[in-house]
Amino acid sequence: MDLSTIICYAFGAITLLSALFIMLTRNVLYAAFALILTFIGVAGIYIFLGAEFIAVTQILVYVGGILVLLIFGIMLTNRLSGKKVVSPTYHKFTGLIAAGGLFAMLLKGIVEANFTALGWIDKSQPVTTGLKEFGFNLMTDYVLAFEIIGVLLLLALIGAVRIAANTRKEGEDAT
Amino acid sequence: MPLEYLLYTGGFLFCAGLFVVVTRKNAIMVLIGIELMLNAANINLVAFSKFDPSALQGQIFAIFVITVAAAEAAIGLAIVVKVYRYFQTADLDKINKLKG
Repeated sequence: MDLSTIICYAFGAITLLSALFIMLTRNVLYAAFALILTFIGVAGIYIFLGAEFIAVTQILVYVGGILVLLIFGIMLTNRLSGKKVVSPTYHKFTGLIAAGGLFAMLLKGIVEANFTALGWIDKSQPVTTGLKEFGFNLMTDYVLAFEIIGVLLLLALIGAVRIAANTRKEGEDAT
Repeated sequence: MPLEYLLYTGGFLFCAGLFVVVTRKNAIMVLIGIELMLNAANINLVAFSKFDPSALQGQIFAIFVITVAAAEAAIGLAIVVKVYRYFQTADLDKINKLKG
């Protein structure tokens, strides 16, 4: 087992442990910080899968954007007067049954599925970057979807600003 | 890392997200759980894309998933902030009026 394999498994362990911590912790702020670790672990896994662009996008968008938004949301929706922001878990047993049952079903499916029988899976391939092909694909075959997703993001951000903005006549005029 | 371990990782992340969504009543925690589930889907997409070197469809779809996740987080947090300003709480069980 060489060094890169060990680092790859370490990133996987970081992801799993911080996800477990999010499940168990009561403090909302700790959960948000553990989510940063989860995202960084996932980005490391992406790098070892030869998807550098996705990894950088993951760090830029999730850690730089969504996490900051989440922490702002936590600060805006709680009166931070010295006490901790806690969110206790309700119906722990039922939730554990639902999540654990789904996990067991997924495990059984993955164990029983024979992925090597699929024709397009080529296990002998070494990990290549594929960054150039990725760029060509994105700008030729998928350029329409790419532009549409850009317009969608613009519309969503304008809508978010419009929803969260402070309207003058909030009480009498709900629009 | 073999494909099966990546799929186990994705499955565990998805179930952790489901557990968080089901058991928490804070709206922010529910959004955190949804982000975990979206990340699990992305891991699966990129993992299958690695073993398909000619066409990088999985990676391209992962980009679209990340973009939609960003839009979802922005809209969701805007709604949560607005709801908090009206009801003075972010507890999903106490937000039970359609028209005040």
